[in-house]
Amino acid sequence: MADMIQVTYRDALKEAMREAMKRDENVVIMGEEVGVWGGTYAVTRGLYDEFGGRRVIDTPIAEMGIIGVATGAAMGGMKPIAEIMTINFALVAMDQIINNTAKIHSMFGGTMRAPVVIRTAAGWGQLAATHSQSFEAWFAHVPGLIVVMPSTPYDAKGLLTTAMYSQNPVVFIEHSRLYGEKGQVPQGEFRVPFGVADVKRDGKDLTIVTYSRMVHVALNAANELAKENINVEIVDLRSLRPIDWETVYNSIRKTHRALVLTEDWMTYGISAEVAARIGYETFDYLDAPVERLTQLEVPLPYASNLEKLSFPDEAKVMQQVKAMLA
Amino acid sequence: MTTAVAKKVSVATSPSLEISRETALHWLEQMMLIRRFEEAAEYAYTQKKVGGFLHLYIGEESIAVGAVAAMHPDDDIFTHYRDHGWVLARGVDPKPAMAELYGKATGLVKGKGGSMHFASVKHHMWGGYAIVGGHIPLAAGMAFSHQYLKRDRIAFCVMGEGATNIGMFHEALNMAALWKLPVVFLIENNMFGMGTAVDRASAVANIYEKASAYRMPATRIDGNDIELVYTTIQEYVNRARSGEGPQMVEAMTYRFKGHSMGDPQRYRTKEEVENRRPDDPLNRWEKKLIERGWADDALIKETFTRVDKQVAEAVQFAEDSPFPDPSELYTDILVEE
Amino acid sequence: MSTNVTMPSMGFDMTEGKVSRWINKVGDAVERGQVIGEIETEKATVDLEAPVAGTLAQILVQVGETVPVSTPIAVITAAGESVSAPASPAPAEAKKESPPPAAPAQAQPHASVASVAPTVSTNGERIKVSPLAKNIARAEGIDLAALHGTGPNGRIIERDVKAFLQTRAPSAPPSTSPAQAAPMPKPSPAAVLTTAPVSTSPAQTPAQLVAGEQPLSKMRQVIARRLQESKSTIPHFYLTIEIFMDEAMKLRAQLNALAANDAEKLSVNDLIVAACARTLQKFPAVNAYFKGDKLEMHDVINVGIAVSVDDGLLTPVLHNADKKSLKQIAIETKELAARARANKMKPDDLGPGTFTVSNLGMYGIDEFSAIINPPESSILAVGAVKKVPVVINDQIQIAQVMKATLSVDHRIVDGALGAEYLQELKKLLENPVNLLLAY
Repeated sequence: MADMIQVTYRDALKEAMREAMKRDENVVIMGEEVGVWGGTYAVTRGLYDEFGGRRVIDTPIAEMGIIGVATGAAMGGMKPIAEIMTINFALVAMDQIINNTAKIHSMFGGTMRAPVVIRTAAGWGQLAATHSQSFEAWFAHVPGLIVVMPSTPYDAKGLLTTAMYSQNPVVFIEHSRLYGEKGQVPQGEFRVPFGVADVKRDGKDLTIVTYSRMVHVALNAANELAKENINVEIVDLRSLRPIDWETVYNSIRKTHRALVLTEDWMTYGISAEVAARIGYETFDYLDAPVERLTQLEVPLPYASNLEKLSFPDEAKVMQQVKAMLA
Repeated sequence: MTTAVAKKVSVATSPSLEISRETALHWLEQMMLIRRFEEAAEYAYTQKKVGGFLHLYIGEESIAVGAVAAMHPDDDIFTHYRDHGWVLARGVDPKPAMAELYGKATGLVKGKGGSMHFASVKHHMWGGYAIVGGHIPLAAGMAFSHQYLKRDRIAFCVMGEGATNIGMFHEALNMAALWKLPVVFLIENNMFGMGTAVDRASAVANIYEKASAYRMPATRIDGNDIELVYTTIQEYVNRARSGEGPQMVEAMTYRFKGHSMGDPQRYRTKEEVENRRPDDPLNRWEKKLIERGWADDALIKETFTRVDKQVAEAVQFAEDSPFPDPSELYTDILVEE
Repeated sequence: MSTNVTMPSMGFDMTEGKVSRWINKVGDAVERGQVIGEIETEKATVDLEAPVAGTLAQILVQVGETVPVSTPIAVITAAGESVSAPASPAPAEAKKESPPPAAPAQAQPHASVASVAPTVSTNGERIKVSPLAKNIARAEGIDLAALHGTGPNGRIIERDVKAFLQTRAPSAPPSTSPAQAAPMPKPSPAAVLTTAPVSTSPAQTPAQLVAGEQPLSKMRQVIARRLQESKSTIPHFYLTIEIFMDEAMKLRAQLNALAANDAEKLSVNDLIVAACARTLQKFPAVNAYFKGDKLEMHDVINVGIAVSVDDGLLTPVLHNADKKSLKQIAIETKELAARARANKMKPDDLGPGTFTVSNLGMYGIDEFSAIINPPESSILAVGAVKKVPVVINDQIQIAQVMKATLSVDHRIVDGALGAEYLQELKKLLENPVNLLLAY
């Protein structure tokens, strides 16, 4: 493998896009403030200068227009990256994503393709009720979409490169609080396949199944727990549709305990599906009920203390793990 | 019937292009084919051979036939769910079209789309879409790809007047105008969005005036006059192709059948429908051809006979075709990679 | 050629329609597409159009009648033709359609059958046990009732089974690892389609010996598992005693002569149940459960009565048997047995029991030994009452004798204690008037 360099999650994403744009003239980026501004999270910064406004296209604030036009362009043979500034605004474009992008291939009997990459950011930071939501389950629910949610710079670049080569629509969910996260990433092009989870930490006592930012919360908690001789295994799903179930099950067949840790709400959330499958598929290996730790079921308040209370953190994870091993 | 609304709006007048007798008779046959296809579809529906929703194009045939004749064969069409006429006008074989209605494996899209999702990519017919207005940004996106890849093609987006009240219409029009995309928006104004009359749903009764908000050339024409449709669309398509940006045409028409099957039609009287009969585009075209000495009753009857046979064969094909294999359930959801 | 006009489908949700009007009458010439009548559905009144041109030859469904979609409602014949075979209203064609082919069995996670779990104790309480612990226990032949759960809410978890295994290590069979002991992992959805059935027979039988196979009933499976568990985990030993039953039989005859009805009539077994229960009052250890590191004592005496039923054996429980009169025991036992045979047991009938009586006397069996019904500690196996020559005061006399064998769990009951219990039982049955004392 190529030499590894230390880069941020943000720059890893940018590098994947840059490489795709250099390789393939049909790749364009379209979205709000992706060009002159450089992206509100600075993920596309520099690309406008390098590739020009023809390929890095500032759009009106019109999410269904962005997704619809990107999907139509993809049907016309292009490979657009449509950036939705935050996942909250994807709700405006939901009809386009679900009824067009996800359905074009199947609804027309496989005669058309719409390989759009929809990049968007989850995350929060005193942004209150409408700008702090975790909607990955909404997309992961829909046949016809691929949904990924990387936790590290390595996975971010590798998965985005795979998305750029894919003939399927991909909902690529980043996390605003991970953009500054640094990690080792190979120089040059490499791919992380869809539907392959990654064991981010080996352990024997309990498995935490998680993804995106919560992987880091789980890792921190696991390091603390190790001091008390509790060894937690952490499975990073990376892809939410399709999910690499075998890696999840194999871990639980080893540890016999599972905690599903997510930043979205519990009811009908990703954790509901994951816990249900674990309960069924590894029933005979479980030594304790599958447990879940998720965002509390409240519209996120602005006040910093209340916001903090709403999410799982290291202390809550440790407490939960200990309770399950008691 | 035409009105200018903005500086760049042109006025569509009487046909300026001569058409040959051969073309005229071809149009007649295409309109008859659509009429008979729709009647057969309706009958098959009553027999439970066709399921779901069925939106018939009877009374509007002149628009699809005239517009398709005015485009290049590789211009890309996106339509609403009243899409059978557009697919047939594009020259798609009625057999796979009828088989699609029957939900058979030999259908246009393997029985996975049905009435509302007719498509044939090789005919540059990108399909009927069933969420009102949902396909408008797709057409703009297709036009974007033509512009970006410097293709000599335009996108042609057909919608009902009801779709002009939805947000996607405005987002797509704005982006198309902003980027001067090669796309023509054709509004088929059949007077009713389902059962709600235009003036009860739209603040602007003249739909084409909405284009002026985006400085988009637009006009309104009598959609049941096939020659007028042909010449107007040709003019607007040419302008879009030559880089003048998006264009809009509003074609006035009337749907003789209900919105879909089982429509109680409480929103209009039978008298109203009957009063519209003289305006039936197929009858008008027959009369015109007879006036011009290009056709007589015998020729018309002969043409109908030919079309009836074609439709009967399509029905037989659909009847005889197998249903999709159960294994098809899990195909085409994602591209295999 | 005649064409049936059928009740049209006017929507995917329409199943039937009413003819609300016939515009034309029989004999009228009609054009194709001509409106000849009106159909009323739940949602609308719609025109009925003639599907072909011709003559309206028959009207099969009159105004006001409702028929299913696709039912012929009229007949149109080509001009000048008569109807050859009158079409009669037939069942809708749709009804004759074969059911849709089954979808491939993909992706439905709950497709395979899970195995039965032994998580209900004999006293009817649910034993809280993790699936993993349950699997290990099953593989090791451990009675879950013998384990003490240290997990949340007293749940038996892996460590409890392992701790137990260590204590019983000497006699334990070679231990398999939990992963091996656990059932086959469920095949992944994709594999479901291709996986061959897994043989469940423990040993292969030469094919020529197999005359046929009969799947075990649920009850049989439970009996098999429970008895195997009992016999392999409980250290049984057996004590047999002869009981002179002449007095008991006499008392029974007297009481039955006074019985108001058949239900009140006493069986020999009723006397034995009553005697066992009353004797247990003096022997709390025989009435206890073994719970790993402690005895679970009971202040009730519930006697299970083995009842043979079709394809198996049930032990419905007579609650508080020591406090019941003979008449009550007679009546209630008959009801219990009837419910068991009719498969209509009530939840209470299932237990919990603290002692069991199994009687094969009616089959002429002299004596036998029974397998303990866990988690109970003892069971009494009763043979037939027989007239035999006995020596009493150096005289040979004829007496009615019954042999009773007590199986006991040696972990709780030692030989002396078991013997004392049997002696007390014998004393009571041989002086049965004491059974009539106020209880």
